[in-house]
Amino acid sequence: MSAPEKERPVLLSVENVSLAFGGVKAITDVSFDIRKGEIRAIIGPNGAGKTSMLNVINGFYHPQYGRITFKGATRKRMKPYEAASQGIARTFQNVALFKGMSTLDNILAGRTLKMNRGFFWQLLRHGPALNEEIEHRKFCEEIIDFLEIEHIRKAPVGKLPYGLQKRVELGRALAMQPELLLLDEPMAGMNLEEKEDMSRFIIDVNQHYGTTIALIEHDIGVVMDLSDRIVVLEYGHKIADGTPQEVKSDQRVIDAYLGVAH
Amino acid sequence: MDILYKIFIDPFVQMGGAPDLLLQTLWEGLVGGMLYALIALGFVLIFKASGVFNFAQGIMMVFAALTLVGLYEKGVPAYVALGLTIGVMYVLALGVERIVLRPLVNQPDIILFMATFGLTYFLIGLGEVIFGGNSKVMITQQLGLPSGSVSLEVLGGFVSMQKIDISAAVIASIMVAGLGVFFQRTRIGRALRAVADDHQAALSVGISLNQIWVIVWFTAGIVALATGIMWGARSEVSFALGTIALKALPVLVLGGFTSVPGAIVGGLIIGIGEKLGEFYWGPLVGGGIESWLAYFIALGFLLFRPQGLFGEKIIERI
Repeated sequence: MSAPEKERPVLLSVENVSLAFGGVKAITDVSFDIRKGEIRAIIGPNGAGKTSMLNVINGFYHPQYGRITFKGATRKRMKPYEAASQGIARTFQNVALFKGMSTLDNILAGRTLKMNRGFFWQLLRHGPALNEEIEHRKFCEEIIDFLEIEHIRKAPVGKLPYGLQKRVELGRALAMQPELLLLDEPMAGMNLEEKEDMSRFIIDVNQHYGTTIALIEHDIGVVMDLSDRIVVLEYGHKIADGTPQEVKSDQRVIDAYLGVAH
Repeated sequence: MDILYKIFIDPFVQMGGAPDLLLQTLWEGLVGGMLYALIALGFVLIFKASGVFNFAQGIMMVFAALTLVGLYEKGVPAYVALGLTIGVMYVLALGVERIVLRPLVNQPDIILFMATFGLTYFLIGLGEVIFGGNSKVMITQQLGLPSGSVSLEVLGGFVSMQKIDISAAVIASIMVAGLGVFFQRTRIGRALRAVADDHQAALSVGISLNQIWVIVWFTAGIVALATGIMWGARSEVSFALGTIALKALPVLVLGGFTSVPGAIVGGLIIGIGEKLGEFYWGPLVGGGIESWLAYFIALGFLLFRPQGLFGEKIIERI
């Protein structure tokens, strides 16, 4: 596709990260990096620590050991809203939307950090605040167009079918104009057609907006088609890392997924 | 037949016979209702943002009023005391966020609810230690609130209105309008609604929960202060006033726990209903209707419309 992987700069690197809840080790000494503009998949059997890894990246969890460097800055403890303001957006495994609000309001909520006009201007809905509101609204309408959810613009999202909710959630993340987009099982529970739609959106986001994407997914076929590189976790350890071809033929990955004969 | 006549016809004959008396009753009910609405508003604010029924709201009201009067008694000029009390409410909001809410984030709602019980008793204790347990008189005149009453000549009779009640009505309306605009139009308002719906998702789009909580508790504190001044002016400032806040419960059931307009309409319905019921139907059962009628109405609503008049429909996909 674009420039060869080796030449792309590193956007985020995870070094020797370990995370434990009491005595339960969720992640043990995992290192990998995400390069600018790529689609990076994290796969592994249930309980491998994939979601924990995303939670570490976006600041929900704080690892006991290890370092995370995003855009060249290494951080100690980051809060989720700090991660968001630095350009990390995410979606959740079990859709987390603002259920009582409309699709449009949900997506507008993603613009929270981009609205900076004074509070009192907003109260009066006048002058610069009004222009700003119009600008954001326009941006959100573009996202709605892009995701083909015009027809549900005003519907409360709690009433929508699951597949559409996932799409709205993606829209909200896109509204943040993130540099790094974390998708936690974007296709879980979808039928074939919905999966194809979602794959198309993910590729479009990656190519049109140039957004770097890290995704967790169980459908191996989809992962192999979509991603540039794949990290494989098992019981919190990294067992493989490379292109889909490399990972597919790795003996430890095959063992992890199919089991080993003892 | 006689009893039916007394219930369904006689009261209305009385109303028609003395319209000035009816107006007077309505006015009393309206003022009472407005104050209920203000208390309910404090509950709604916090419920919207954290999904917690703040049991301490009533005591926050007393605490704010007590601080105001207490500071004045210690020699601080009235307006300075008002400013300082607002400051105290801000510090309280910061403290609640830092000491109570932050460590309990993501705990079940019932745990946060219990924490507000703790807060209630803490505030009672703190208030008594600093300002003593005696009831105090609200410093209405020193704050520039009018006293005395005006009489209006209407429908061949007189309706007398306390000036303090009129100013209460005006202040309540301004506060309610301001809050409405705040919720609907500002970025913080939208963030607030977002936090109410889903904490995790709100965090992920860059909303700072801690900041929102401080804002909400501070706003609820300001509402509590205004309510405390108004209630205090009608009776006196003491911790017994805190139980009045429980009247907000039927108001909330009626209006919906998450709706600002609901709190207002609910408050007015309860306030007016109480007074009318007491005055016209009360004598039938020997009076005393006022204290339980509100709960009775709320019970009816729970049966037929559990989300209240304006509450968000409970949407659940299975």
